[in-house]
Amino acid sequence: MISLLGQIFRTGILTEPHPDTGDGPRREIDRLHDDILNILGRALTIRQVDAGSCNGCELEIHALNNPYYNLEGRGIKFVASPRHADMLLVTGPVTKNMENALRIAYDCTPDPKLVVAVGDCGCGCGEVGAMFGESYASCGAVDNVVGVDLRIAGCPPTPLALMQGILAAIRSRST
Amino acid sequence: MFLCDDFPIEFARQPGLGAPVWRGRAASGEDLKDFAATVHLQGGRLAALWGSDERQRHGGPSTGAVAGFRLHCVFGVSQGHACVSLDLPGDDPATLVYPDLSAIFPAANRMQRATRDMVGIASDGPDQRPWLRHGAWPADWYPLRHDAVHVFGMGVGFPNLPSDYDFVQVGGEGAHEIPVGPIHAGIIEPGHFRFSVVGERVLRLEQRLGYQHKGVEKRFIGMDIGRGAKLVGRISGDSTCAYAWAYADAVEAACGVEPPRRALLLRALMLERERVANHLGDLGALGNDAAFAFGLTQFLRLKEDWLRLNAEAFGHRFMMDRIVPGGVAGDIGAPALAAIVEQCGVIAGEVKKLRTLYDEHAGLQDRFLTTGIIDTALVRELSLSGMAARASGMILDGRAHRHEYTPPSPWTTLGVRPITDERGDVAARVAVRFGEIAESLRLLCVLAVGLPTGETRVETAPVAGAAGLGVVEGWRGEVLVGVQFDSEGKLARVHPHDPSWQAWPALEHAVMNDIVPDFPLINKSFNLSYSGVDL
Ligand code: SF4
Repeated sequence: MISLLGQIFRTGILTEPHPDTGDGPRREIDRLHDDILNILGRALTIRQVDAGSCNGCELEIHALNNPYYNLEGRGIKFVASPRHADMLLVTGPVTKNMENALRIAYDCTPDPKLVVAVGDCGCGCGEVGAMFGESYASCGAVDNVVGVDLRIAGCPPTPLALMQGILAAIRSRST
Repeated sequence: MFLCDDFPIEFARQPGLGAPVWRGRAASGEDLKDFAATVHLQGGRLAALWGSDERQRHGGPSTGAVAGFRLHCVFGVSQGHACVSLDLPGDDPATLVYPDLSAIFPAANRMQRATRDMVGIASDGPDQRPWLRHGAWPADWYPLRHDAVHVFGMGVGFPNLPSDYDFVQVGGEGAHEIPVGPIHAGIIEPGHFRFSVVGERVLRLEQRLGYQHKGVEKRFIGMDIGRGAKLVGRISGDSTCAYAWAYADAVEAACGVEPPRRALLLRALMLERERVANHLGDLGALGNDAAFAFGLTQFLRLKEDWLRLNAEAFGHRFMMDRIVPGGVAGDIGAPALAAIVEQCGVIAGEVKKLRTLYDEHAGLQDRFLTTGIIDTALVRELSLSGMAARASGMILDGRAHRHEYTPPSPWTTLGVRPITDERGDVAARVAVRFGEIAESLRLLCVLAVGLPTGETRVETAPVAGAAGLGVVEGWRGEVLVGVQFDSEGKLARVHPHDPSWQAWPALEHAVMNDIVPDFPLINKSFNLSYSGVDL
C-alpha cells in the first residue's frame, strides 16, 4: 500500500505542464476541456460502436481516457448502453454483417442524439476510405447507414483530433 | 532432407531473408492428409490454411499447372514453416473437395469453413456451417472467385438477409444461455459470444465471429505492390508493423529482393516498439478489469509517452506504412535514436516498479491466479502460437533460436530470449507480458545503438506468377502473409493470417469452469483480434 501511494505521489497530476512534451498540445487539451464544460455545462455520455474498423481507431479512442487527455475526468464518459448515450462514436467501414447491429444501436439512442463518424474508413475519405469503401461485404462510410453529424478524418485520427471533433459536434448542436 | 524422406512431397526452400519457409505440392488429398498427420505426430502445428482460384484471370496463360482451385496449408515444423499446396482441378462443386484436416488439427475447422465461404472449395468434414458469410451474400456466390464479379458500390449488392447460426446447445438441469454481442459493452471490436452457464459457472463458450468481415481479401486482387502494403497494414491496426513486415517478406521472396541491413534492423525496432505498446496497454487494462484502476492510469500514461515518441521518430503513432516491400519508408536520425534509448531506460524503471505493485497486490493476484487456465497439451492441440502459448510453457518464438530452427535476419545475432511461464493462467500471461517488455526494451537499446548506416530501401519490381510467404512473430503471435502475383505482375491473391485464428478456440477452453465475471479478465489477457480473423 505504501509503495502504491508512493507511485501515485511520484506520478503526480499529468494534466499539468510537463517538461518532456512541451506545453503546446497540453494547453490545447486544457482549452478543449474548458470549452466542453462551457458548452455542455454537464456530462456527455458516448456509446462507441465499432462497425468494422481495423481496431486502430479504437486504440486512439482508448487513449482519450489516459491521464494526458483525461476525457472522463472532465465529465465525458463512455457508456455501455446506447440507451444511456448522448452521442454515438462510430468507426467503420460499416460491414454488411454489422449494418443491422448499428441500426439497432442508433434506434436505441434517445433523441436528440449526435452521431460522429471516426477515421478515414468511417468517413469514407482519403485513400484508406476509398480502399475500404463499398463492396459485397461493406456498406462503406457510416453515413451510408445512419445519419452523421460530424466526421473526424485520419487513419487513425489522433486523440487530439478526436477531442476537437467531439467538441465541434457538441458545438454544432448547441448553436 | 526436409522433414519427411518417406513422403512423395518435394520441398524447396523459399529464397530471401525472411523466416525459413519450404514450399511443396501434394499430389493428392491423401498425401496432404498423411503429411498433416506426420507433422502432428512430430509436435508440429497448423499455421494457416486458405484457398485460391487458379483459373485464368486475364485470358493469358494461367500461372498454375492446372486450371482450377488450390488449397494452401502452412504447417509449423521444427525447422520453420512448410507450405503445402493441393490442386483441385475443374470447377464442379463435387470435385472441389479435400480431406478434412480438423480431425488432426482442430484449428483447421474455422479456416476450412472460411475457405468454403470465400472460394467455394470444401473439406469433406462434418462441420459445414458458414463462418464469414452471415447473410450478406448468397451461399453459392464465392467472393474470391474471379467470376464473382461484383460492382463495388451501393445499391447493387445482394440483399442483406438476417441469418441463423447453429450454436451447440447445452442441456441439463439449470443450464441456460447468455448471448453477448455483436456490440460489446466497452470500446472493442464486435463479435458474438454464447455462454452456456449453470449459475455463474461457464459450462461452455461458443464464439461466432465474422462481424468485421469487410472483404479485405477481395480488395487485394488486382492491386499493385504499394497499395497492397497500405492495405495489409490495416488488417489489424494493433499489429500493423507485423503485417507490413510479413507482407514485405512475402513480396521480397517472390521478387528476389533483399532489403538493406539498416532497413531490417529498423523493422525490428518498429516491431519491438509495437510489442511494448500493446503489452503496456493490455497490462493496464488487465489491472482495470480486476478493479485496480490505478494500473490502467499508470500504464496508459506510459503507453502515451511511448506513442508520442513513435510519432516523433517515425511520423506515425502506430508506425503505419513505415515498413514497405524493399525496406522501410523514410529514415531515422541520431537524435531520435538517442531518445529511444533514453526512453527505454525510463520505461524499464517504471515498469519494474509497477510489476512489484502488481505482484504484491493481493486483490489482483487473487483474480489472476488459476483463472483462465490452458495447459501445454491444449496449446499443442490447438496449434497456438505466440505470447499465450509461451505463457503455457511452450518455448516457441520465431525470433529466437531453438533446436533445428535458426531465426531470420536480423534476429540471428540478437539472441532473443523467449519469455515463458508454466502456469497457463491469467497470471502467467501477465508475467510473460512483463517479461517481454523487459526483453524488448533490451533489444531496442541494442538495435538503436548498433544501427548501421546505409540505404533503407531498394526497388521492388513484381515478378509475374511468383509467390511468397512471410512469417513474423508479432506481439500476439505468428502473423503470416501469403502473396501470389498474376501474369501481369498485379496481386492475384493475398492471404493474411492472424494468430487469433488459433487463439480464439483456446479462449473458449480457457473460460470453461470459470465464472462469467472472470470472462472480461481472461479475454483481455489474450486480447485477440477480430478484424484480423474476419478480414
Ligand atoms: S481509419 Fe485507419 S485506423 Fe481507423 S479503422 Fe480505418 S484503417 Fe483502421
